[in-house]
Amino acid sequence: MRVGVFICHCGRNIADTVDIKKVIEDILKQPHVVCAIDYVYLCAEPGQQIIVDSIRKEKLDAIVVAACTPTLHYETFARAIERGGLNRYMLEMVSIRELVSWVHKDRVEATDKAIRIIRGAIAKVLDNKAYEPIKSRVVKKCLVIGGGIAGITVALDVANAGIPVVLIEKSPTIGGKMAMLSETFPTLDCAQCILTPKMAEVYKHPLIEVHTLSEVVDVSGHLGNFRVKILKRPRKVKIELCRLCGLCERVCPVRVPREFDRGLSERKAIYLPFPQAIPTAYVVDENNCTRCRLCLKVCPTGAIDLDEKSIVVEEEVGAIVIATGYDLYPAERLREYGYGLYKDVVDSLQFERMLSSTGPTEGTIIRPSDKREVKRITFIQCAGSRDEAHLKYCSKICCMYTAKHALLFKERVPDGEVTIFYIDIRAAGKGYEEFIKRVQEEYMINYVRGKASKVYQDVDGDMVVIGFDTLTGERIEVRSDLVVLAVGIIPQMSRELASKLRVPLDEYGFVQEIHPKLRPVELSIPGIFVCGTAHAPKDISESVMQASATAAKVVNLLSKGEITKEPIIAEVDENICSGCRVCVTTCPYGAIEIIDDKAKVNEMLCEGCGICEASCPVDAIKLRNWKEEQLMNVVRAVLGGR
Amino acid sequence: MVEWKPRIVAFLCRWCAGSAAELAGISRLSYPAEIIPIILPCSGRVSPRLIIEAFLNGADGVLIGGCHTPNDCHYISGNFKAFKRVYLLKKLLSQLGMNPMRLRIEWISATEAQKLVRVVEEFLNEVENLGPLGGIFHEKA
Repeated sequence: MRVGVFICHCGRNIADTVDIKKVIEDILKQPHVVCAIDYVYLCAEPGQQIIVDSIRKEKLDAIVVAACTPTLHYETFARAIERGGLNRYMLEMVSIRELVSWVHKDRVEATDKAIRIIRGAIAKVLDNKAYEPIKSRVVKKCLVIGGGIAGITVALDVANAGIPVVLIEKSPTIGGKMAMLSETFPTLDCAQCILTPKMAEVYKHPLIEVHTLSEVVDVSGHLGNFRVKILKRPRKVKIELCRLCGLCERVCPVRVPREFDRGLSERKAIYLPFPQAIPTAYVVDENNCTRCRLCLKVCPTGAIDLDEKSIVVEEEVGAIVIATGYDLYPAERLREYGYGLYKDVVDSLQFERMLSSTGPTEGTIIRPSDKREVKRITFIQCAGSRDEAHLKYCSKICCMYTAKHALLFKERVPDGEVTIFYIDIRAAGKGYEEFIKRVQEEYMINYVRGKASKVYQDVDGDMVVIGFDTLTGERIEVRSDLVVLAVGIIPQMSRELASKLRVPLDEYGFVQEIHPKLRPVELSIPGIFVCGTAHAPKDISESVMQASATAAKVVNLLSKGEITKEPIIAEVDENICSGCRVCVTTCPYGAIEIIDDKAKVNEMLCEGCGICEASCPVDAIKLRNWKEEQLMNVVRAVLGGR
Repeated sequence: MVEWKPRIVAFLCRWCAGSAAELAGISRLSYPAEIIPIILPCSGRVSPRLIIEAFLNGADGVLIGGCHTPNDCHYISGNFKAFKRVYLLKKLLSQLGMNPMRLRIEWISATEAQKLVRVVEEFLNEVENLGPLGGIFHEKA
């Protein structure tokens, strides 16, 4: 092995503190070192040329560059040695600027430390091997899990770039929570008016395949090449035959609460989730159907098949997007507010349905208990959010939607009285603060700063909210006809699905991105992305923005047709491996499996952390160019002479 | 007689603690030169043997720097692996007669250059007070 060492002065940045002459003297004494050359700016073109020329002249096999941090110039020198005809993995670069000359003042000490660091790099590079990047074919297809506004946006953006999409949705229709909303803040656009055209577009798109009533049951493979098993539960109504005549629904004898109205109305066991549902077809609720077959008799097109069974379909995709959305925190757990106990305490989505012109009351606000018109209404913000006993985080959307609720209520009931209990008003968003101000001033809403402590029903039927006004320091009681809880939001994705996808979750169950600022939609598992409220509480605009960002990442990945990957991965010496499975359990990526009693590394899944190597009891598994012997030599080299 | 100075090896992960060390340089902070950094992919890559090898070759202290738990680790859970290994190794080392204070693990994010400096100074001080490791395993735990 012929090693060349190149030492940069970085002008005076290194040379002022490190005695370069002394370093070269020492390094030239190290075994295998053929030349040690210094230059004022190695990163500049003449500096790189010195390296290129030396490789040829001295017939070098490996290079050590001691200069600034590899973060800055590793790529520069890797390319230089490639120009000289060497493989880039035969380069070791160490910092003697950030780690030495910039942090130490004593010249003798700094020189000694620089020498030790360079000796370490020489010890390592001696056992480095040349590798070529790993290449893999990419399946040009994207799986989107979740058919809410985030999933719909990703699907459309990706498909419009020419990449096929499989969109799966757990419920019988796409549209998600947004379809349930009446109007959206701060513009008061009707939610369905802006959403349903997009739903139809997704369903009609030639490159988008929509599977409703479907769930992911198994995922294997890796970036560019995932195999996904999807369980499709039976709709029991043939979509292409259903003409929405509704005869089946009329004869069905079963009555259950309608999910879409959050239990404020009823539906039958065969039903249309909501008029604009997509796919536009009835669906049989398997769990509640009594199989009386009355619907079969009346269906004019023979669309109903009560014997349809679940099927599992397999898809091969190159990327997966998680857009599983949110659910409301179960309001029953906020026992002091009496949700579930009193009919006239509703949650925010129920109130959305009450406001909606397609809702159970067609937009008139009446009490669920006695159908009396509501004149006085109290909203309780932060119901569950920012509460150590429930959700520690801020659910972000409640301040805004509560202001919207108040406004919409006042427009329907101009002489109505509205009280809102709040902790803080958080209205950071384009046009949000102005919206809140408008609601407060134009609509005469009584904002009370303080947390409501109890809700109970008085003998006259009034709902009484007891709270503490922290601005006046007084305990107050507000009597009203209806109480709306602005309940916090929680992630909907199950931990089971997360573990199937191997995606990390944060302490609340939201999907954890790689970096909150610079890589906000990528996950530590390459090829899997997140957007919408599966990631964190956010409103519709933010969900859509993030969905488009995710789509850009997906298109970026899948449009190439081939991906290349760093070859610095773990490899197994099968002669030594005993198949003990320790590495299988320590690998954070599930990249190792045991085949014929030997560990085998999936090169596309391995990210090159080396955790397996540190845990292997027999030294059978090794991270390329970070082998145990190499690091042992590094340790000895940096401590040498001591 | 030459004044004794401790020698410390610091295994720093490339993503967090190693970046913090770089930042310390960029910010022109300063810390004692007795510490020799070895940058590797992940604190979870540090095997107990590497640590022991460092002690056998004259290190008076070994520092491991990784990403903050629970979620900062670039490789999801390498920091936890490192923590478990260090925990067990400390027990073993103390049974062998070595003061376990000579081995330290710290979570240092890429932005925490100040923390890196503080940890290095603190640790160096501690090891200095413990004195040279000398012929290994001859001190009271």
